[in-house]
Amino acid sequence: MSDTAETAAETAARPVVDSVEVATATPDKVQPYAALGLKPDEYARIREILGRRPTSGELAMYSVMWSEHCSYKSSKIYLRQFGSKTTEKMRKNLMVGIGENAGVVDVGEGWAVTFKVESHNHPSYIEPFQGAATGVGGIVRDIISMGARPVAVMDQLRFGDIDNPDTARVVHGVVGGISFYANCLGLPNIGGETYFDSVYQGNPLVNALAVGVLRHEDIHLANASGAGNKVVLFGARTGGDGIGGASILASDTFDAKGPTKRPAVQVGDPFAEKVLIECCLELFREKLVEGIQDLGAAGISCATSELASNGDGGMYIELDRVLLRDPSLNAEEILMSESQERMMAVVQPSKLDAFLAVVAKWDVETSVLGEVTDTGRLIIDWRGEQIVNVEPRTVAVDGPVYDRPVEYPTWIDKLQADNALSLPRASDAGELKEQVLTLLGSANLASKSWITDQYDRYVMGNTALSFPDDGGMIRVDEESGLGFAIATDANGRYCQLDPYFGAQLALAEAYRNVAVTGAVPVAVTDCLNFGSPENPEVMWQFSQAVAGLSDGCLELEIPVTGGNVSFYNQTGGAPIHPTPVVGVLGVIDDVARRVPSGWQDEGNNIYLLGITREELDGSAWAGTIHDHLGGRPPVVDLAREAALAGLLHAGAMQGLLASAHDLSDGGLAEALAEAVLRFGVGARVWIDELMLRDGIDLTTALFSESTGRVIVSVPREDDVKFMGLCEGRDYPVLRIGVTDSGSDGAAALDVQGQFAIGLDELHATHRGTLPARFGATAA
Amino acid sequence: MGGASGAPRVGIVTFPGSLDDRDAARAVRMVGAIAVPLWHGTHDLEGVDAIILPGGFSYGDYLRAGAIASLSPIMAEVVTAAEAGMPVLGICNGFQMLAEAHLLPGGLIRNDHGNFICRDQRLRVENTSTAWTSGYAPAAGDSASGGAGASGGAGWSGGAGRSGTASATGDFASSAASGAPEITIPLKNGEGGYIASAETIARLEGEGLVAFRYLGVNPNGSMNDIAGVTNARGNVVGLMPHPEHAVEPGFGPDTALAMRSGTDGLPLFASLLVSLLPA
Repeated sequence: MSDTAETAAETAARPVVDSVEVATATPDKVQPYAALGLKPDEYARIREILGRRPTSGELAMYSVMWSEHCSYKSSKIYLRQFGSKTTEKMRKNLMVGIGENAGVVDVGEGWAVTFKVESHNHPSYIEPFQGAATGVGGIVRDIISMGARPVAVMDQLRFGDIDNPDTARVVHGVVGGISFYANCLGLPNIGGETYFDSVYQGNPLVNALAVGVLRHEDIHLANASGAGNKVVLFGARTGGDGIGGASILASDTFDAKGPTKRPAVQVGDPFAEKVLIECCLELFREKLVEGIQDLGAAGISCATSELASNGDGGMYIELDRVLLRDPSLNAEEILMSESQERMMAVVQPSKLDAFLAVVAKWDVETSVLGEVTDTGRLIIDWRGEQIVNVEPRTVAVDGPVYDRPVEYPTWIDKLQADNALSLPRASDAGELKEQVLTLLGSANLASKSWITDQYDRYVMGNTALSFPDDGGMIRVDEESGLGFAIATDANGRYCQLDPYFGAQLALAEAYRNVAVTGAVPVAVTDCLNFGSPENPEVMWQFSQAVAGLSDGCLELEIPVTGGNVSFYNQTGGAPIHPTPVVGVLGVIDDVARRVPSGWQDEGNNIYLLGITREELDGSAWAGTIHDHLGGRPPVVDLAREAALAGLLHAGAMQGLLASAHDLSDGGLAEALAEAVLRFGVGARVWIDELMLRDGIDLTTALFSESTGRVIVSVPREDDVKFMGLCEGRDYPVLRIGVTDSGSDGAAALDVQGQFAIGLDELHATHRGTLPARFGATAA
Repeated sequence: MGGASGAPRVGIVTFPGSLDDRDAARAVRMVGAIAVPLWHGTHDLEGVDAIILPGGFSYGDYLRAGAIASLSPIMAEVVTAAEAGMPVLGICNGFQMLAEAHLLPGGLIRNDHGNFICRDQRLRVENTSTAWTSGYAPAAGDSASGGAGASGGAGWSGGAGRSGTASATGDFASSAASGAPEITIPLKNGEGGYIASAETIARLEGEGLVAFRYLGVNPNGSMNDIAGVTNARGNVVGLMPHPEHAVEPGFGPDTALAMRSGTDGLPLFASLLVSLLPA
């Protein structure tokens, strides 16, 4: 058969609409369910639900909505723990919990904060620029959907080995995409993470977090209630981009030999989204919207079925009314398209004219697609034929749920037995100094300013803290100074050694990073990045991480308010390290009381809070100096973390803390160097007393990653009060140094009796790494 | 001039894609003036005494940054008002619009290193006799912000430079008179490289029309380190850095004194109060 004959046959076949009527009459027609990502038993179940074969439109809807990305079918049975381990006390400030577009937390004074982190890993590997850009766009639309003004973003990025030639391609694309999109939206980027590790070479992680603020009375939900209310699609036109993004890209493993999946990546237009934000906020202000849902994964399929499921249960849509960028799209493509910058609203008929006037003011295109009904069915017509007639909950809510096989990975025993005890320690002060500098300039501990300088941190004028401080902070109320702090963390190396405690370590660190700013941690979001759920060992890692995280949140009494699961992060047979990114939100009554991470004044005393143990397994020291990963991660003591957070908050509110900086990757040495670099004020530090008190050697003192530790600097006049605070709360404290600008203005980090490193050398080492790989900018 | 209270009314135009309009309004309020929001799609200046074109990505920077916005209905009124002597300030994207509208000479192109850049930028105020920069004149500094009843607290400290270690002489040679005030305010742009013909550059330099010049680092490849320019009359000023992000202690650039305490942008807005005083 010739090519032209094929085309002619296709053309002849195209005008036939696969309506409900046709589907009923042709039960044996072979359908391409496997190509759409559905398994045979899932297809059989759809036929059972409908009592007939699905139309091609219905098949398209089920395939995207039952995909791993949209349905959480492999993770659902585990994620329930986040709800069941939430007590009434933890729910006290929770206004909207898991299940909506994003959680909403009461932060006081009539204000609420909504926040969520989400993955955009697979698109960002195939097309780094657009993948990362639309990741920002998608999470920001989730925030708008809650009725909030987005006020900040941050990104959690994990790339392959910094020296692999392909890494620069991905880094330039991803950072450029985030910069392009978020800067144009006018959202300050206030923090985030960047890691390099060869385990992410074939599967980088691009997670995006957004935060919004709103008044209590402005909360909007994604539900379609009130029969007769209009269903309106507005924003960008629908095009052929991103078709099958959720089902084909995000729910499958990359195969090196497979066809390129680039057409499944969405393309972003931040200008359209910025206009959409302002337009939505005006619609909310004028109270013209009953329910609202953004269009992200699974596009119109998701928005219609979710809105209907959460409301009165019925909806009627005329698909021909969808405004198209490409008029040749067929019904299935329109239903599946993931074109960006679109929203769907439910509007009372009496308010429709006012709604359309606001949308017209912002030059946003709109189309009334249909209305809410009380039929309990989602019915979609196209070209005069009924192409969808389903119970919406069967699409959006009651998808398949899998209890996938779980298998303990026996390799982990060997990995845990291979600990860092036997790794050689520095033999003299010179080698110790070399190790400090090697770590400071290593890919993961080096300054990320090459990246963060490409993000606008000033826009909106409310940024109270941003990188390189431990947490970002935004003022919510310009009169009272009320604000929030936010930080995210994940350590894939720890999670590889022990996913249960690895997840708790991520929680503990994010919690501590919020606490050092002076804020009180109140809520959690997470983005769980794992390999294939069809691999029983990956499912074991996942089950452990969820258990660890939910147990940890229960102990700290802060609820998980929402998040995202990303499976299939592997190319070929090797999964990434389990990487549960944990974001913690905190509240501060007045951002003027915030605490920076570095030293601003000389002559302040430096104190180390917490106890240092020999915990070098999985550490940056073991990885960078010895290329070693083995043993067990540091011990987590969440009760201690809570006590430390209470102490830091009290210290900040009493104005006793000139600075506070968390100890984590790289240990005390890295924390000291960063505190010097923050404002260019040096320090004299002594560690003999620390070694004696904690019974540890020099390497452990400088590089151990024991938890529950923070360095603070305290003005001398506040010493007595500060020591009283620590004593009253029975928290271990030790004076280890004093800030010092040095003679002749030559600031240095001087570890007495060991080594001294001048500010210039610290600066060059810390700042040089990324520009050397990725090119200089105006630093 | 002015509203019922006697305070000047400053219009801030919002275009589709404007981002720093609310920040500019805050800065205007902080010096005691009244911020009046204006809409790009009308011809109504609402009787304002001065106009700010704020930063952002109007029309997504499509075609060229500022090119489409410069053809907005309200821009016809802005051009007429500017030509009649009304103070007009363009910040970042607003500067790009003023260049596109030919109210200021030259143009802005992609940064020479190709990336968006956000940094705390040292500048020298080269011309302190414009409607928007008189507050930086060493003798006028205190009276300008003081007279305005600035609520910002920390006023500008004068030409001595805030940073104890910063050298006033810097890395480039210029013909500017020594002792010109130095300030540090945020800069954030992707298309901030100032260009003009050799003839225009010579005229700008010769007639003292360079209003702001980058110090220490030229962040985007601008010719002659030019960060901002004025028209000959001194009522129209455009600059790439963002004075409106350095007006409130706690939310500006770091200084040697304290984190985020820089308010070097405040005198720029306070200048307006002096220039609008009845002659």
